[in-house]
Amino acid sequence: MLRFATPYLLLVPAVLIYLTFTVYPIFRQFNISFYDWHIFPGADNPFMGWSNYIAIFHDPVVRTASLNSFLFIVITVPIQMALGLFAAAVLTDHLPGSMFWRAAVYIPVVTSWVVVSWVFSYIFASQGGVMNAVVGLFAGHTVSIHWTAQTWTADAVIWILSIWKGVGWSFIIFLAALDGIPRQLLESARIDGASEIRVWRHVVLPSIRGAVTFVTVLLVIGAAQVFTQIFEITKGGPYNSTQSLMTYMYQQAFSNFAFGYAAALASLLAVVLFGFSAAEIRILRQQDV
Amino acid sequence: MALATRPDQTKPAIPMKGTGPGLFGIRRRNRSRLVIAVLLSLVSLGPLLYMLSLSFQPNGGLLGATVLIPTHPTVQNYVQAWTENSFSRYFVNSLIVSVATVVITVVFASLAAFAFARYKFPLKELIFYVFLASLAVPNLLLLIPQFLLMDRLHLLDSLFGLVLLYVASNLPFTIFLLRGFFEAIPREYEESFRLDGAGTLRVLVSLIVPLSLPAVAVVSMFIFSAAWDEFPVALTMINSGSHYTLPVGLADFIGVHTVAWGPFFAASVIATVPVIVVFLISLRWFRSGVSLGAIR
Repeated sequence: MLRFATPYLLLVPAVLIYLTFTVYPIFRQFNISFYDWHIFPGADNPFMGWSNYIAIFHDPVVRTASLNSFLFIVITVPIQMALGLFAAAVLTDHLPGSMFWRAAVYIPVVTSWVVVSWVFSYIFASQGGVMNAVVGLFAGHTVSIHWTAQTWTADAVIWILSIWKGVGWSFIIFLAALDGIPRQLLESARIDGASEIRVWRHVVLPSIRGAVTFVTVLLVIGAAQVFTQIFEITKGGPYNSTQSLMTYMYQQAFSNFAFGYAAALASLLAVVLFGFSAAEIRILRQQDV
Repeated sequence: MALATRPDQTKPAIPMKGTGPGLFGIRRRNRSRLVIAVLLSLVSLGPLLYMLSLSFQPNGGLLGATVLIPTHPTVQNYVQAWTENSFSRYFVNSLIVSVATVVITVVFASLAAFAFARYKFPLKELIFYVFLASLAVPNLLLLIPQFLLMDRLHLLDSLFGLVLLYVASNLPFTIFLLRGFFEAIPREYEESFRLDGAGTLRVLVSLIVPLSLPAVAVVSMFIFSAAWDEFPVALTMINSGSHYTLPVGLADFIGVHTVAWGPFFAASVIATVPVIVVFLISLRWFRSGVSLGAIR
């Protein structure tokens, strides 16, 4: 009897916390999304049906934010992966100071988003910023580009920061994957006369496919929730033009107190991302066979 | 963010470091690889070293002027950062929250991972996949219902409430990772332990967890740095200054004093050092046979 119960007892604490703080909120969110929800005690919360969802499709800021989130994903994810794989390929075999280089590439990952957002703001400051000094050096006269105050340059700063801070994460996973490839495999391919490019295509890449899937899925999910760097650097401005879906959802909920609307936005995004992750895993797995 | 470790059963027979001919036929290209390694490290560490450098520049010299190296080095920024703005309070709060998150997550995840790794029971795989499924949905998307829930539980503005949310968000991945690690430990070890009359918890505490120390250490580092860095949830749940964690305190600090760059950079350095130290300590276990990202 007791033996039968043991695994369940072991699961109780984790399951309880997970059900309360993750599973229940998912359903609660769907529920709220159908109301004009007010957080104030005693306030009336009229049922709205699907109208929050319908409003999303007519909201121009949602369009901008979707585009920004999409651009953020398609720009930062591939570049992070490419640079991470490149760094891993360079550092996988012994090099004097190996451990130092590896640690150095990973360190930005553990730093705080708030801190590095402001460090980058300072580097890209219109007056006295290092970046303007560098640009000025090439231009031959002083420049004062307002990097973080204009849409596209602000986007660029956010992308550069995010790539800089993210590379180490892809790097460390690719590094482990590359470390795990038996070197004999590479050698025998080379002895058979395969070029370095062919060795990569036919031996290295197939061996790290699992890591590629894993990194792609988790980076896309991470990129879809881009928040802090935008919140700190531009606050979504000017005129909502750098808003991401997550910063916009946050603003709707916690500045405008449109909780029902924000919950609808979050629910929609959750469904899309969940479907996307499932599809992505399936597609990348299929190539395996 | 999450990462995976797994005991290295598939370790190839030949040594991995130092002796193999490598991916680029390295013997010949050691020098160019070294140059690239230096460049990569410079780019990675550059902004952080810049922050360190600026933290020693008197605040007045940081406005509107391009400074690379402090012209009049001083520790005044550090004194000001530590003593003003309850910064030391934020530091302690962050420490409490991060350590508590690590401990509770690792304990609860170990218990659950042990159940998944060693027992057969109805609905086992279903429960496991329900845990895993949440990895496909960004945690931040649950901010609104979590806010309402914490309000109802009277856990808004509470460090304990924050810890519960952090534990919940770190559990699935930690369970996933530890399960893989626990499963790789030969059952024979456990049986001889059981014969000596050890109960389930003893087996877990004195056998399984010590044998999985590299995985436990590495995952603890990930959880620690995630909790130490976490901003949006803390921003939403915490509203009184005395309960701020470092990221919220720092954001508030720069929001209020947009001209106090010197103290801000000093505060940032203080806030960054612990997490880098934790990372450097964990490096030892990265090396001892933990193969990261061995995900199929």
